Amino acid sequence: MSGETSTIDKMVEQKYQHGFVTDIESDTIPPGLSADVIRAISARKSEPQWLLEWRLKAYDHWLGMEQPDWAHLNIEAIDFQAISYFSAPKSDKDRPQSLDDVDPKLLETYDKLGVPLHERARLAGVAVDAVFDSVSVGTTFKAELRKAGVIFCSFSEAVQDHPELVQKYLGSVVPQRDNYFAALNCAVFTDGSFVFIPKGVRCPMELSTYFRINAAETGQFERTLIVAEEGSHVSYLEGCTAPMRDENQLHAAVVELVALEDANIKYSTVQNWYPGDENGKGGIYNFVTKRGDCRGARSRISWTQVETGSAITWKYPSCILRGDDSVGEFYSVALTNNYQQADTGTKMIHIGRNTRSKIISKGISAGHGQNAYRGLVRITPRASNARNYTQCDSMLIGKKCGAHTFPYIEVRNPTAKVEHEATTSRIGEDQLFYCLQRGISEEDAVSMIVDGFCKQVFRELPMEFAVEAKALLEVSLEGAVG
Amino acid sequence: MLKITNLHASVAGNEILKGLNLELKAGEVHAIMGPNGAGKSTLGNVLAGREGYEVTQGEIIFNGKNLLELEPEERACEGVFLAFQYPVEIPGVNNTYFLRAALNAQRKYRGEEILDSVAFLRLVREKLKVLHIGDELLHRAVNEGFSGGEKKRNEIFQMAVLEPALAILDETDSGLDIDALKTVAEGVNRLRSKDRGMIVVTHYQRLLDYIVPDKVHVLADGKLVATGGAELALKLEEQGYAWLEDGGITPLDSQPAVPTARP
Repeated sequence: MSGETSTIDKMVEQKYQHGFVTDIESDTIPPGLSADVIRAISARKSEPQWLLEWRLKAYDHWLGMEQPDWAHLNIEAIDFQAISYFSAPKSDKDRPQSLDDVDPKLLETYDKLGVPLHERARLAGVAVDAVFDSVSVGTTFKAELRKAGVIFCSFSEAVQDHPELVQKYLGSVVPQRDNYFAALNCAVFTDGSFVFIPKGVRCPMELSTYFRINAAETGQFERTLIVAEEGSHVSYLEGCTAPMRDENQLHAAVVELVALEDANIKYSTVQNWYPGDENGKGGIYNFVTKRGDCRGARSRISWTQVETGSAITWKYPSCILRGDDSVGEFYSVALTNNYQQADTGTKMIHIGRNTRSKIISKGISAGHGQNAYRGLVRITPRASNARNYTQCDSMLIGKKCGAHTFPYIEVRNPTAKVEHEATTSRIGEDQLFYCLQRGISEEDAVSMIVDGFCKQVFRELPMEFAVEAKALLEVSLEGAVG
Repeated sequence: MLKITNLHASVAGNEILKGLNLELKAGEVHAIMGPNGAGKSTLGNVLAGREGYEVTQGEIIFNGKNLLELEPEERACEGVFLAFQYPVEIPGVNNTYFLRAALNAQRKYRGEEILDSVAFLRLVREKLKVLHIGDELLHRAVNEGFSGGEKKRNEIFQMAVLEPALAILDETDSGLDIDALKTVAEGVNRLRSKDRGMIVVTHYQRLLDYIVPDKVHVLADGKLVATGGAELALKLEEQGYAWLEDGGITPLDSQPAVPTARP
């Protein structure tokens, strides 16, 4: 039986499988950040004046802010002037109207990634709005969605076609000044998705967006806004991979969800950005602000995330439980391997009466990976009969990794019930031997044990995503034995 | 089928087995009894190839192969099955899924076709019927939240599905009440066959009321010190293990075919 060290070494050598670069000429604004750069971005996207002003205001805020350092992360200084803030495929000049107009090389890239754009999308019943670098190039199933009254388009299109909706909801969940990276995103965001589900409509399919960073040194600043009107339902899937690069690439996305009365939003993420090599060189810096506002009574927002990529993950998908009887959920699997670092968790802010929240967090650390859960449960004075259940489990694979838990609980109403359970375990030698003794190989045993550990989260994912997430975890842990 | 010669093994630098000899033929059931700390569980773990159990001397030949050269999962695929004294829980991993993965890993190793879930389920149902076990264990995670009796029954069930050539039952009776013990023993008896060897490791004689062994060995201080028939177990029950240390009783019915205590 090979020893723990050697098998972990094997895992450490596991290469990123999606590391390739597509050779497409990029129309890129030179590196640097200034009001002029922001004007240039806005002009290229033919944005209305109010949006430009909104961006410039955010930029002003950002200039007066400092990069936060409270996370359990070791981050090299980011040179914001070395980053190019806009990159679009050259063929943007005559923007592709349909998939047939899409650069075949780009489609090839999607093929390599297994993005189901054509028949695969139809077979899977998934509408895909693919973001390649910064401009959306293909959106499928639009007609069918339009029939249902659902708007699902790129953020840029929404600005042109539905400015009143964008203006009404943009920044209403994550204020410009919310945090350093959110402010930056407000100033320079390029594209993302916009979803609007009208009153009483149950979205007829899962909405899915695949993101991908491509051009070198180009930070991608996505902006996503999902609005679910009274009594509507939507399930949104987001997945991404990124090509291999030496430079650290900055990714600072903002996602805002608004759920009105009786609305239900389910947001699922599989995040597989390039994590850096086995020595911790390269990899994506992923600073994400995701927040949902349960604005109406009995509304529900559920976040599910599987985070296996990025050199650094700083991400706390949260719920503001404003409406009475509203429900917030957070299900997370975060895996760090090699020198990856993750500081992730959630915030559940209970404002309405009888609000409920549930947090299930599973952290897996391998190699030299550092994994922190950071969560806030706040029960405000008005939130009578609020309930929270938090379960926070960490699994260590090998002896050089770390798991950390930072739960913050603030209760200002005596009727609240808040439960917190936490466990940390090393992947059991006993469990491993049990599997081996039945004839199962070490690798299969580890992925089986890890998969079982994550089961509670995986079962929250839509079926096809759950399969993908499981495969991703297996790839990320190939050769890992504790 | 199995020949152990002069086996010495240590755990964390302490020698536990000190020259153990044992020969088991296909179809035989041998009981190994002995006081606590004699090395009973060590023998099972060494046969299964558990990490941390270091063989310093001797050899183990199993069906013509040098067992000590094989990885634990290879030994399992060659047909060595250890029913654990304390079966571990694997939360979130479905029991049926686990067992199918195990069986298919073994089939693949032997160059047999892997079973799809339909064929596997058919097999599982047959085995459950033979063992008179309900199917409630199928739907739960591996040993998670199982009672002591359920865990042991699950081990026997796995054994029935995997059909090993050699089964080692490590203190399968520990922690069982008499009814659970009977159920488990019945299961074991149903799995006795002319092709299968079994080693039943136990501290107490009572299990042997239900699983009647062909031979009983007494393990003390890392060696087999006595070998006999089923009646040896009764003798032990009557007189306890103390007589071994007193040296008061000589091996009953010692048989030359099986290496016995060395003077």
